[in-house]
Amino acid sequence: MRYSGFRILKEALTGHKGWQPAWRDPDPQPHYDIVIVGGGGHGLATAYYLAKEFRQHRIAVIEKGWIGGGNVGRNTTIIRSNYMLDGNEPFYEFSLKLWEGLEQDFNYNAMVSQRGILNLIHSDAQRDAFIRRGNAMILNGADAELLSREDVRREYPFLDFDNARFPIKGGLAQRRGGTVRHDAVAWGYARGADSRGVDIIQNCEVTGFRIENGTCLGVETSRGFIGAGKVGVAVAGNSSRVMAMAGMRLPIESHVLQAFVSEGLKPVLPGVITFGAGHFYCSQSDKGGLVFGGDIDGYNSYAQRGNLPVIEDVAEGGMALFPGLGRVRLLRLWGGIMDMSMDGSPIIDRTHIDGLYFNGGWCYGGFKATPASGWCFAHLLATDQPHKTATAYRFDRFERGRMIDEKGMGAQPNLH
Amino acid sequence: MIINHPLLGPCDAQEFTYKGDARLIARPDGMSENAEAAFHDYLYLRDNPAGVHRELWFHEQGDRSWLVVTRNTVTHEITKVELARDVARNMGRSA
Ligand SMILES: Cc1cc2nc3c(=O)[nH]c(=O)nc-3n(C[C@H](O)[C@H](O)[C@H](O)COP(=O)(O)OP(=O)(O)OC[C@H]3O[C@@H](n4cnc5c(N)ncnc54)[C@H](O)[C@@H]3O)c2cc1C
Repeated sequence: MRYSGFRILKEALTGHKGWQPAWRDPDPQPHYDIVIVGGGGHGLATAYYLAKEFRQHRIAVIEKGWIGGGNVGRNTTIIRSNYMLDGNEPFYEFSLKLWEGLEQDFNYNAMVSQRGILNLIHSDAQRDAFIRRGNAMILNGADAELLSREDVRREYPFLDFDNARFPIKGGLAQRRGGTVRHDAVAWGYARGADSRGVDIIQNCEVTGFRIENGTCLGVETSRGFIGAGKVGVAVAGNSSRVMAMAGMRLPIESHVLQAFVSEGLKPVLPGVITFGAGHFYCSQSDKGGLVFGGDIDGYNSYAQRGNLPVIEDVAEGGMALFPGLGRVRLLRLWGGIMDMSMDGSPIIDRTHIDGLYFNGGWCYGGFKATPASGWCFAHLLATDQPHKTATAYRFDRFERGRMIDEKGMGAQPNLH
Repeated sequence: MIINHPLLGPCDAQEFTYKGDARLIARPDGMSENAEAAFHDYLYLRDNPAGVHRELWFHEQGDRSWLVVTRNTVTHEITKVELARDVARNMGRSA
């Protein structure tokens, strides 16, 4: 069923009795050509592009809970392509271009809102670094704009421009950045994949891989063995646990990141803003709540909840930037488990086991990557060749000294 | 989280800096035959378990000692705290 304005009108006049479930709930079949493990944004996007762009058949997505219950439904919904390094920027710009056409492509309202993202500058050295990054973005076909202090003041008059420690000296804006309704991304991809014949199998946990003579033959699950020509794993924060079942150790630690939503307010924040002197980022949802976050808690965790010190730290960052925030009440907060990699960049690669492919290491920035990650993983699964924007995301980059370390922090996942 | 420091008693985890898996104590021998592969594994690969994890915490805002904390990554419960020096000695690594 295609969604359209006409359809809404028709349903409104006929008592909304014609709507159908957006995807089926099939039982697993004994064998598929391609099995994707993980029904988050990345797994669902992979299945969608495999079916639509790469004309593959007999595909299943296997999800241990319900689709969209992982990080794709827990993130702060920011999309952007303001990276600097060669290995990253073409990929994230490809992703942003896919976001721009996504809703028409999968016929679903994902509320893609290019309201702009603004990284604030608080020192002269930071301005130099941001100019360099902006130039790298422009060289890769993205947009970037350097704003003066007065430019920023025109758009965000309520920020604390004369903060004694962190005065605002300008900003780097990416107007095409913004936010997207995160759940709708999972649902849109799920519906698009399902309508092209992909089986989305929920409440089915992968508990092992059947590997014989160095070849992966399928997955063991809580609902029995499912054979597969190829298996692609995209389980985000659970990457190490799942790949350990194939005997692999990954360059990844799992860490918890918290997110916060305030009570609903009238429109105050036109775009996404980020604090340059600490870690704090904020946007306003269409329901009016301020959606914000900051640093990861910093210790290995699978708990999907964080601790108070980081909540305090995030609140302090917010207050240093945006003193009016002190009057706002916090409504909800939660945590999600992220796959923090050793250089802060992802992996989309084959493994040493034939037929087993891996997608992970997205850290706290994998939501914006969802369309390109799905496309590039589908490309790899379908053709056995990396997509041209994802050639750097290899497993062996660490032993070859080709890390993609945007922050220059070294092999310490909690610092990326 | 409260870390029960063996010398100082209960301390807020905020006073500490987190390093990671306590296996980092067992630095490989740089002169050995397979040093390159051993250092790759040591530096970049992690078990990253869901459950009991032994890990290094540095008391940066306190007595600047290194601790080995045994903590459950699913519940955040801390079950054991040792001085990293003692752990290293027991492994025959420190004087
Ligand atoms: C608080 C928070 C804020 C964030 N903010 C942003 C942001 O503003 N911008 C941005 O770009 N990124 C952000 N991120 C990061 C982003 O959400 C993730 O990088 C991205 O969603 C991960 O990919 P995914 O959607 O496929 O993951 P998930 O949705 O977590 O999907 C993985 C799925 O695998 C399933 N799974 C795990 N193990 C198994 C198994 N054994 N068998 C079957 N299924 C299994 C899980 O149940 C889960 O549904 C944020 C993350 C968090 C937690």
